[in-house]
Amino acid sequence: MDKKDLKKIYNNSLAGPLIITGVLFLLPFVVQSNYILSIMIIIGFYSLICNGLTMLMGYAGQISLGHAAFYGIGAYMSAYLTSNMGISPWISMLAGMIVAAIIAYIVGIPIFKLKGHYLALATLGFGVIIFTAFKELKEFTGGLNGFFGIPAISLFGFEFHNDFRFYYLIWTFVILGILFSRNIIHSRIGRALRSIEGSEVASDAVGVNIMKYKLQVFMLSAMFASLSGSLYAHYITFINPNLFDVMTSIYLLIMVVIGGASSIWGSVIGASVFVLLGEVLKSVIPVIFPNAGGEFEIVFFGLLLVITLIYMPDGLSPQFEKLVSRFKSKQGLVPAPAGVKSEGAESGGDQS
Amino acid sequence: MEILSQVLQLLFSGLTVGSIYALIAIGFVIIYNVTGVLNFAQGEFAMFGAMICISLVGMGLPLLAAVILTMFIVSVIGGFFERLAIYPARNSSVPTLIIITIGVSIAFRGIAILIWGTQPYSLQPFTKNNPINILEAVLLPQNLWAIGISLVSVFAMIYFFNKTYIGKTVTACVVNKFAARLMGINPEKMSLLSISMSAGIGALAGIVIAPISGASYGMGMMLGMKAFVAAVIGGLTNAPAAILGAFLIGILESFTEGLLSSGLKDAISFAMLLLILFLKPEGLFAKASGKRV
Repeated sequence: MDKKDLKKIYNNSLAGPLIITGVLFLLPFVVQSNYILSIMIIIGFYSLICNGLTMLMGYAGQISLGHAAFYGIGAYMSAYLTSNMGISPWISMLAGMIVAAIIAYIVGIPIFKLKGHYLALATLGFGVIIFTAFKELKEFTGGLNGFFGIPAISLFGFEFHNDFRFYYLIWTFVILGILFSRNIIHSRIGRALRSIEGSEVASDAVGVNIMKYKLQVFMLSAMFASLSGSLYAHYITFINPNLFDVMTSIYLLIMVVIGGASSIWGSVIGASVFVLLGEVLKSVIPVIFPNAGGEFEIVFFGLLLVITLIYMPDGLSPQFEKLVSRFKSKQGLVPAPAGVKSEGAESGGDQS
Repeated sequence: MEILSQVLQLLFSGLTVGSIYALIAIGFVIIYNVTGVLNFAQGEFAMFGAMICISLVGMGLPLLAAVILTMFIVSVIGGFFERLAIYPARNSSVPTLIIITIGVSIAFRGIAILIWGTQPYSLQPFTKNNPINILEAVLLPQNLWAIGISLVSVFAMIYFFNKTYIGKTVTACVVNKFAARLMGINPEKMSLLSISMSAGIGALAGIVIAPISGASYGMGMMLGMKAFVAAVIGGLTNAPAAILGAFLIGILESFTEGLLSSGLKDAISFAMLLLILFLKPEGLFAKASGKRV
């Protein structure tokens, strides 16, 4: 295959994203409902985080139960810098991403020496500690009362203050994020990450610097989460620590697993299924169980998670890809289905 | 005298909470040893225990009968959990199994919301709750019940695993699954037994704490996570060390709460978890030679 063919394949592989971008662009003109738009915006926030988390979990095979922490770091950095210091939202956003990356780096060095169960517990612990910091550092975060009056974001005097405008802002970031991740995955780094997911020992043996790549992808996923958090803060204009607790990390995990951790598009599918199902359940359940209150929909998410992992460990995105490949004859560069697995073989041994 | 009584007071509450963590942590360690699964749903067994027991007492059942029936019901729930969620995925990778137990745990929470709603409930103390004064520190009989029941359970477990036939077969599976199979022990049956037994013990923990701190659908998560910390302090595989870890965490938390701030106690426990994972992942009490059983 010479270079021309590769270029052709790459361009073909862009057809899908282009069509999706077109549909997303036209959507607000077709459905003129603020409710639908606000749901799409929420899906956008989650897609952006899951994009990074999918790279971490699906491609590098590392679990994280603390990603809501980075989401919160972005949100609070943006809130504090724009409201209390009057710094531009765009610079605050960048500052949030840099801080998230630095924290990911510092925490990542000891955490990624751990594997399997210990890695899951350590990331969980990290999430709880950062959540406590959001609650207790009252002079920065406002504590449990929350942080009010975060300004809207604007670009050259164009303010993103309503759902219609914000929709385009968030989905521009989502699409750019996905293209960015696709390019990374199809590069040397992406292949290195997949080799780590396949077998750490083998990739170490062929000269892949495991620690370096794990840290890089962790930092990248932290930056995605922070970016999403910053945008969320400007959209919702009020944040409190409970938005970034352990449950949020678990919700993110559910989205990644349902979407399928082996495809970047899985992040959008997972986020959409999670948010839409949540909305449907919120309107249906009270009809059947009149007494139900609170977050009762989690029973279905829990069951969905278990059933997905037992019967469809690669999530929904492979099913989508099958559907898509039926329609198009030329298959683009589709990453090998991998699922959420990692060093199961090695860690499984420590019980004997 | 002032300081002494305060320290004593914090010690009492630390031991009480620690004994609850200990009961849940034992369940973790048993399940982890037999099946290799880190069960994130363990705290929810405690939640079910507390809620079911409160419902049964509310129906007019005497307390002792309610406790026994609750433990039985939760054991059955644990059995179903093993058959429906753990057994079909027994050959999956570690992260997959972890996420499955997380899924089960939030499903359990959701079921609890559908049955009991989100409001908190309470259970009356097991016996008349007249405070006992020791050196100006107050000790409630329910605290004694908590500590006593957990100690009795611990000794019952030690007896079970070392002196009874079934206990020995479970222990055999822990030591060497393959050899146990050759001896005619069915490790899959032992997995079912160990998970439903741990569920029953978890339920007991929930029942014991219900009169002290109340019960609600969300109580399981933090209880479970604290018990994790305890189990990790003990090295995940060592039950007696996990119990020591549980009391350590309980006391650490109660002193943090009493001397610093109650908001910090979760962070302190998890900072402890991270420290141990980074510095001494084989557990605080592991011997130098440290072959894990």
